[in-house]
Amino acid sequence: MFDSMLARGEKPVNDLVGLLGMAQPQVSKHLRVLREVGLVEVRDQGRQRLYRLNGEPLKPIHDWVKSYERTWNDRFDALDELLDELKGEEEGHGEDD
Amino acid sequence: MVKTTKGTSTGGSAVVTLPSDTEILIRREFDAPRQLIFKAWTTPELVRRWWHANRGTCTTTDIDLRVGGKWRWVMVTDDGFEVAFHGAYREIVPDERLVYTEVYEGAPPAEDGEEAALNTVTLTERDGRTTVTTLVQTRTKAVRDMIINSGMEAGMQDAYDLMEQVAISLA
Repeated sequence: MFDSMLARGEKPVNDLVGLLGMAQPQVSKHLRVLREVGLVEVRDQGRQRLYRLNGEPLKPIHDWVKSYERTWNDRFDALDELLDELKGEEEGHGEDD
Repeated sequence: MVKTTKGTSTGGSAVVTLPSDTEILIRREFDAPRQLIFKAWTTPELVRRWWHANRGTCTTTDIDLRVGGKWRWVMVTDDGFEVAFHGAYREIVPDERLVYTEVYEGAPPAEDGEEAALNTVTLTERDGRTTVTTLVQTRTKAVRDMIINSGMEAGMQDAYDLMEQVAISLA
């Protein structure tokens, strides 16, 4: 549902029914839930109600994993330096086991 | 001067994914043979030099490298926050595979005492380069989330609760 809306911007409910291949009551139920938690915004245009995805509340989830990933990146970058040093030592000592 | 053979830099290329609600997968390629990576992962003096992630200092890197042997790693961040993990080795295949339990000491202990995650580190070498994958498996989503929160301020829980709420509502 998110993806269909993300890719296509603002849509009236009938278009979403067509896109999702779901019955209208089902789509309406989903939209209601998504609106309640702020992930979907709605605006009236003439006689139509247009629905739009609001991804902002989900951004912290993305950032959350990214922060953990950054920690591992920094950890592994430090490991890179150590590995370069260990490689240098092996070459220097001419070890060949 | 010995010139170090240096291939394509792999700096900053770790990728973290969440294969399921109770798993974390960390993957990264290194320009080094796998025995050096295994050594760097299992030797206290060497762990001390990279595990701090440039965020502080490793104060403890105890390793008893045998099946059933315990390990405990502690670091203190530059702003004084202590992060500690411990566990026990379950499986040791030198230069290839390391399986160990891991408990984040910042987490409240589980009632059944089974709060540990199971980590599987796999080293795969090809043409002198090594891909390291770490699969972290937890028994509950809460423990997994706690591990992800371990290195940072846990300020995103609201958003995660929100996501859960949506998932439940749409089920």
